[in-house]
Amino acid sequence: MLSLLLRDLRLAVRAGGGFGLGLAFFLITCTLVPFGVGPQGDILARIAPGILWVGALLACLLSLDRIFALDWEDGSLDLLATAPLPLEGTVAIKALAHWITTGLPLTLAAPLFGILLHLPPAAMPWLVASLALGTPALSVLGAFGAALTVGLRRGGLLLSLLVLPLYVPTLIFGAEAVRRGAEGLGASTPLVLLAGITAATLALVPFAAAAALRVNLR
Amino acid sequence: MASLWEYANPVRFMRTSGALLPWVTAAAAASLGIGLVWGFLTPEDYKQGSTVKIMFLHVPAAMMAINIWVMMLVASLIWLIRRHHVSALAAKAAAPVGAVMTLIALATGAIWGQPMWGTWWEWDPRMTSFLILFLFYLGYMALWSAVENPDSAADLTGVLCLVGSVFALLSRYAVNFWNQGLHQGATISVAPGDRISSTYSYPLYLCMLGFFLLFVALLLLRTRTEIRIRRLAALRARELRA
Amino acid sequence: MIELGKYSATVLVAWGVSLLLLGGIVVQSLMAAARARRSLEAEEAARKVKHG
Repeated sequence: MLSLLLRDLRLAVRAGGGFGLGLAFFLITCTLVPFGVGPQGDILARIAPGILWVGALLACLLSLDRIFALDWEDGSLDLLATAPLPLEGTVAIKALAHWITTGLPLTLAAPLFGILLHLPPAAMPWLVASLALGTPALSVLGAFGAALTVGLRRGGLLLSLLVLPLYVPTLIFGAEAVRRGAEGLGASTPLVLLAGITAATLALVPFAAAAALRVNLR
Repeated sequence: MASLWEYANPVRFMRTSGALLPWVTAAAAASLGIGLVWGFLTPEDYKQGSTVKIMFLHVPAAMMAINIWVMMLVASLIWLIRRHHVSALAAKAAAPVGAVMTLIALATGAIWGQPMWGTWWEWDPRMTSFLILFLFYLGYMALWSAVENPDSAADLTGVLCLVGSVFALLSRYAVNFWNQGLHQGATISVAPGDRISSTYSYPLYLCMLGFFLLFVALLLLRTRTEIRIRRLAALRARELRA
Repeated sequence: MIELGKYSATVLVAWGVSLLLLGGIVVQSLMAAARARRSLEAEEAARKVKHG
């Protein structure tokens, strides 16, 4: 299991910009939004939680199709499916690798981008906490979407259509937590709900993803 | 009485549905025709004016939008567990009808909301949930048309329907948490002291029945189409092999 | 014609859009059904001719 994780991480780094690409995309999003809505700090501060969360969502989406596509093309996915490790475990490991290369750097770098968007300092801990709790669910759901579309030639667009609606609850609770944090209200309720969704997703969705993979490998 | 599972045999399904279809269609046309005309002729509401007439389309369409998704979920489960092809095809056949119902509910809601709430679109929980439901319908149909192998497509969309149902429900509560809305609560309740007077409720019930029967008729028709397409593909495949 | 009052445009547009959508899905279903039936019948007829 560990070797699979290390292998995936190494592949992501060697393929160029496993860590960097998502972050760069996130940075561009946070740069473009002020151009779109104007440089007034108070407006930016109000919409910052939403922008940061939507940006994280899209940055996460960028690298989803790579979760299984490379292994599918060179046939190593068939080997993984027949390996002693259950396919559910493989899915979970691959989602974890995806999270380490996209979700984790985003979480750690988010306060910097928050400063760019005038996010109030009071909201920073909530931003980091909500991203840390929410992005694992994004990766696992993304792995499910990638498993559904792995055999398709042009699955990229379809993948976003399938995955983004599944991100709605995570986005709502994550952004809500940051917003409440920014206004100095208690943000623990959305945070707890967010953690609940993530926990349930982590526990159940790998089974659905593995089922989809088995269908595609048939 | 034959067991329900015998209708999983496509030949039996074709025979029975063919016999049933004219009757269901006639019943749907009759109840929908009478219900809609009756609804259109109802007097104006003292508060909402003539816009109350939109209800006879808005409420049944919204009801069917959800019910069709539930039916697709059940059909997908039957396919995934018992591998009956008719069930998978029925789920496929239902999806476009459900998407149209969702679109009707959204469109009439927006048009109704304009004079009543003073806005075409409000991020009200129910409207938002229906928009999300519409996205789920779109994704489901897109996945069906993207996968070439019909059995794989049925499996994948079945799994998607399962996961999607859970997340559609989650989104419903998440959206509620996010914004309290303008919508009134349940319009129709069986409890005494109904909030809606019988002037409106009788034609509304008839319209609901009409929408339901229309869905059944369309479902039978579209499932028959899917079975024929599948049979045609099987014949051609046999041709190629011979 | 019955009186719709000041909201007549709203009501008529809502009904028009809905009936158009309903009609659209009905027509699409009917056309797809007819097409599938025709091509299946043609295929089966061709098969009969070939195999006698």
